[in-house]
Amino acid sequence: MPRIAQGVSVSPLSELDVDVIRADFPALRQTVNGEPLAYLDSGATAQRPTAVLDAERSFLETHNSAVHRGAHTLAGLATEAYEDARATVASFIGAQTNEVVWTSNATDALNLVAYGFANSTAGRGGQPAEKFMLKPGDEIVVTEAEHHANLVPWQELAAVTGASLRFVPVDDNGTWSLDDARAVISDRTRIVAFAHVSNVTGFVAPVKELVELAHNHGAFVVLDACQSAPHRALDVVDLGVDFAAFSGHKMLGPNGIGVLYGRAELLDALPPFRTGGSMIVTVTMEGADYLPSPQRFEAGTQPVSQAVALAEAVRYLSAIGLDRIEHRENELAQRMLVGLEQIDGIRLIGPPIGVHRAGLVSFDVEGVHAHDVGQYLDAQGIAVRVGHHCAQPLHRRLGLTASTRASAYVYTTVDDIDRFLAAVAQVRPYFGAI
Amino acid sequence: MADALTGLYQEVILDHSKRKIGFGELENPGAERFERNPTCGDEITLQMSMEPGTDRIASLAWRGAGCSISMASASVLADTAPGMTIPEFRETVEAFREMLRSRGEGEPDIEVLGDAVAFHGVSKYVMRVKCAMLGWVAAEVCCDQLVAAARD
Repeated sequence: MPRIAQGVSVSPLSELDVDVIRADFPALRQTVNGEPLAYLDSGATAQRPTAVLDAERSFLETHNSAVHRGAHTLAGLATEAYEDARATVASFIGAQTNEVVWTSNATDALNLVAYGFANSTAGRGGQPAEKFMLKPGDEIVVTEAEHHANLVPWQELAAVTGASLRFVPVDDNGTWSLDDARAVISDRTRIVAFAHVSNVTGFVAPVKELVELAHNHGAFVVLDACQSAPHRALDVVDLGVDFAAFSGHKMLGPNGIGVLYGRAELLDALPPFRTGGSMIVTVTMEGADYLPSPQRFEAGTQPVSQAVALAEAVRYLSAIGLDRIEHRENELAQRMLVGLEQIDGIRLIGPPIGVHRAGLVSFDVEGVHAHDVGQYLDAQGIAVRVGHHCAQPLHRRLGLTASTRASAYVYTTVDDIDRFLAAVAQVRPYFGAI
Repeated sequence: MADALTGLYQEVILDHSKRKIGFGELENPGAERFERNPTCGDEITLQMSMEPGTDRIASLAWRGAGCSISMASASVLADTAPGMTIPEFRETVEAFREMLRSRGEGEPDIEVLGDAVAFHGVSKYVMRVKCAMLGWVAAEVCCDQLVAAARD
């Protein structure tokens, strides 16, 4: 699989390249409210290229059947396709195949880890799972910028184990530093969970440094990679994280499929969260013992065609090159920032202009609620996200209840950005805010 | 573009979203209700009082933060409810709800709804119906409280 290593100079993704890429996305060919669609909500859900749609359909038209059960020809072919997809995604993030667990989405993956700790604490998993046991006095550390999916499961885990949840506070931009993290992480810390890339600020966390800090204190690291896996080269072994989670639908793939990465020795010791068929070795009326990872976490029928399609999405992204995507998206983000800064009454959230960030920008329009901003843009065929982006604590910290977010991806053109900027410039005059 | 939006953002709505009639607190509220739209975080705290010994709404005040639709609809509500009897007001809320569920069909009854007919355009935007209902839902709960208190 083509994969461009970090640090290797790459040819930038040009406007011409993007035009070619766009032709692969049927959803981008439509008009919305009479205008060509400018889709700037890929941070929520990305559109899918024909290759991904075809891969899923082709699987369903030929190999569709139950995996890891049955002995007929299609069952074999489906199992093979399902496991090949796992190998493709594992290679994409630098992991071994048995370190990739299919989940229904990233939220599901994060819950799987949190409930694994909870079940360990309840005594499940025996001696190998003792390292996951939590007790009063132990601390789970997150940041104030987390998506609810990487916050609420840890609140639940703290509540059921008696551990305390602490957080790394953010500054007025919604970002945080290693020093902020050092002030919170201690020998009491057992888990550090944070987003690689913030879905609100576009801030890129110093993952390696934080992993070193956490590991020096004996804590496990859980990485929310939802906004990084689709947009930049992600090597979980190089980063050194213990667990990582991401979703298929944000990376040109289907809904209903997500990934949990975990270091093999950890996954093999973590008690399962969801139990039932296909994850057991022996079942008696008294109990059961479980398969090793990944099967032990994949009870019940699985999202097979979705896994196959996600592997195709990964191949598609790899063929473009993740380093090129990252570079392009930073350029688009900087164009948004510079353009927005010139508009009166716009408050930008996140790292300042010039600081490398992910291809998304959130902002507040003085005197106009985000929903009204989004509605105004939508009338011009421009799709953005409005609301709290599942990060209420971060918005509260910034003194906001909601913000507007524009997020770019491989198919975003400079014209999309410029139309967006021109429309935002008209928002306050329209609503009489100036 | 502008035409498409005008159906939603009627002058009356944009005007009310700034004037915010009834914004504030009552000295002796007979009822109070907090409502929040979890999808967008819009929130409102609404208070109502009744004229003693009657079933007539004396006053209505509200505080909150949200989009122009939710703020304007609370403002129109504060302009509409005082002076109505509880049954009259409930009938108006029902007509308002029915209009918002119409998906842009039909003609709202201006005799019943008054300025609130301006929200007819909102019914075409299913994502915004909850915004328009926020304050009115709070008022319905306040009515229940007022009626219960009068019975005691």
